[in-house]
Amino acid sequence: MAYSFDFPAVFDYTPVLVDGVVLTAALTVVSTVAGVSIGIAGAAARTSGVKALDTAVGVYVEVIRNTPFLVQLFFIFFGLPTLGIRLPEWQAAVLAMVVNLGAYSTEIIRAGIQATPRGLIEAGESLAMTRAEIFRHIVIKPAMKKIWPALSSQIVIVMLGSSVCSQIAAEELTFAANFIQSRNFRPFEVYFVVTALYLGLAVLLRWLLARFGNLVFARRAARA
Amino acid sequence: MSLVKLTGIHKSYGDNEVLKGIDLKVNEGQVVALIGRSGSGKSTLLRTINGLERINQGSIEVDGACVDPGQSDLRALRLKVGMVFQQFNLFPHLTAGQNVMLAPVVVKKQSKADVRTIAEEALAKVGLADKFDAYPDQLSGGQQQRVAIARSLAMKPRVMLCDEITSALDPELVNEVLAVVRKLAEEGMTLLLVTHEMRFAREVCDTLVFMHKGRIAEQGAPEEVFTKPATPELAQFIGMVTER
Amino acid sequence: MPEFTTWDILYNLILAARWTVVLSILAFICGGIAGLLVLLGRVSPLPWLRRTMNLYIELFQGTPLLMQIFIVFFAFPLMGVETTAWTAAVVALTLFTSAYLAEIWRGCVESVPKGQWEASESLAMSFTEQMRYVILPQALRVAVPPTVGFSVQVIKGTAVTSIIGFVELTKAGTMITNATFQPFLVYGLVGLLYFALCYPLSVYAKRLERTLHVAR
Repeated sequence: MAYSFDFPAVFDYTPVLVDGVVLTAALTVVSTVAGVSIGIAGAAARTSGVKALDTAVGVYVEVIRNTPFLVQLFFIFFGLPTLGIRLPEWQAAVLAMVVNLGAYSTEIIRAGIQATPRGLIEAGESLAMTRAEIFRHIVIKPAMKKIWPALSSQIVIVMLGSSVCSQIAAEELTFAANFIQSRNFRPFEVYFVVTALYLGLAVLLRWLLARFGNLVFARRAARA
Repeated sequence: MSLVKLTGIHKSYGDNEVLKGIDLKVNEGQVVALIGRSGSGKSTLLRTINGLERINQGSIEVDGACVDPGQSDLRALRLKVGMVFQQFNLFPHLTAGQNVMLAPVVVKKQSKADVRTIAEEALAKVGLADKFDAYPDQLSGGQQQRVAIARSLAMKPRVMLCDEITSALDPELVNEVLAVVRKLAEEGMTLLLVTHEMRFAREVCDTLVFMHKGRIAEQGAPEEVFTKPATPELAQFIGMVTER
Repeated sequence: MPEFTTWDILYNLILAARWTVVLSILAFICGGIAGLLVLLGRVSPLPWLRRTMNLYIELFQGTPLLMQIFIVFFAFPLMGVETTAWTAAVVALTLFTSAYLAEIWRGCVESVPKGQWEASESLAMSFTEQMRYVILPQALRVAVPPTVGFSVQVIKGTAVTSIIGFVELTKAGTMITNATFQPFLVYGLVGLLYFALCYPLSVYAKRLERTLHVAR
């Protein structure tokens, strides 16, 4: 019994797919900006030398890195209302992604900061700079440049991971796929096409992040 | 009949032609030094002889094993050609003895007991009989290089290639390695060496090959080459190295 | 439905967590074996094989695990094979793991200095002989910490299989939530159990990495 593929049955729903792609992209952009910001702050906290701060952020990082994203998402969406915090689907999705990326980027950026040559920091100290000034003007830029490839990979992983947000009915790309296959009963074709769309998004995102990295870090290096 | 015969060897990296038609014959028992400035192509030439660098044109024949740009049977060639590297390249996870034994056991499928004897002899020949169970990081640079020579010897090659084998060594360790090479030469091993040790080349080699810009500019007996350079390039090169 | 105590909930979650563990171990072992084959292709001297394996890795690293699971789940029936959530989960996670491990290990293989390839090559070793006796033993040493670290990703990855209905820890959490209406408690405990599985491995991986750096 040979199966005959029917891909046109998927493309009848092109507008639904486009909406899905747009929401996945939007989720990714927002969570990247917020997540990386948290990462910088978290890494600063972990290297600040203030023990309590270091421990608190350390616990956050380890809890997030050692539990599945899907469970974090369920906890935020289904669990938090118990505490009276009720978020709509897409806000819960964004929050979960931000919290998740924030933890990973804290760890990645911290590694970059700790690789700063001791001499650079001593040079800053001997110029009478404060810790904060040294962090802002000497440490963070080279550290970000060094870890940018690792951070970029993590951002791609978070984008791909956002696929499970369909489970709380956030209407992103996978949700679109589930919707379409419930209408046309062509699950294989639908998921095949959507997987290809994710692959395209991943390639595009990687390219954009590489461009961004080159632009931001190369120009600063040239000026310096 | 020469043991090594190189005919019309051409080799390029992209647009950059590093070997521009090399013909060279080496007879059994001959000790040949390749000299020349860095970038003259001497290391590349040496590396083509056991197929580490692919050639674009020409042919390489070693004791009947033949290689052309199609690179037909590299294994046959490499069984006849031993190589010693500037950076020793000992296998760090194996002892000196295991380094020497690995290839005869794995490649030639000889019995472990036989190979153990061969390895002990090879290490004794380079003066390291007592280092059989030492790991490379427990040995000095000179000792590591001597193990590398023993490793190559254990495969019973017809020719040995030495690529600047003393360049990575501290000055006081150079002589122990050169002494081993000298002994091999005296025992009749066919050797091709890329070297910057001019005094050694003059004393031990019977032929010097001077390379310049991807070609063999001059070759001959050491005394002749050193005292009567025919080209200004060689004269300049000799002036440069003897002044040092 | 009788009243659930916290202990009842925890007990049932732990029972379900056994399936998370079994699935993780199976995916890790099968994925490791498949990953080794992908790795050999990825670093082999044959250009077409290298490219194919690179494509394989890119494909799995460039698409969501959930999509991979769906595709496996829905592709089997097309080939006339009955599929269960369990087989789809094992197959998809194996493929996923193999691609990531192959890529991690490729980095380890490439950290072995070029001179080691050249030395073994000039001793007339074939590619498989080089890999087996010279390259892999050295790559293995540096491969252990990131491999242990990746096992954490596999365990977390198993949570996604709950979506096709495989009853492991996360799915059990959802089912118990639906029965008890205590999502905060249940998902909190689910998270705690994952943490209990993953954190020791993370710590172990970090410690292995530190000793490796000291040894260097």
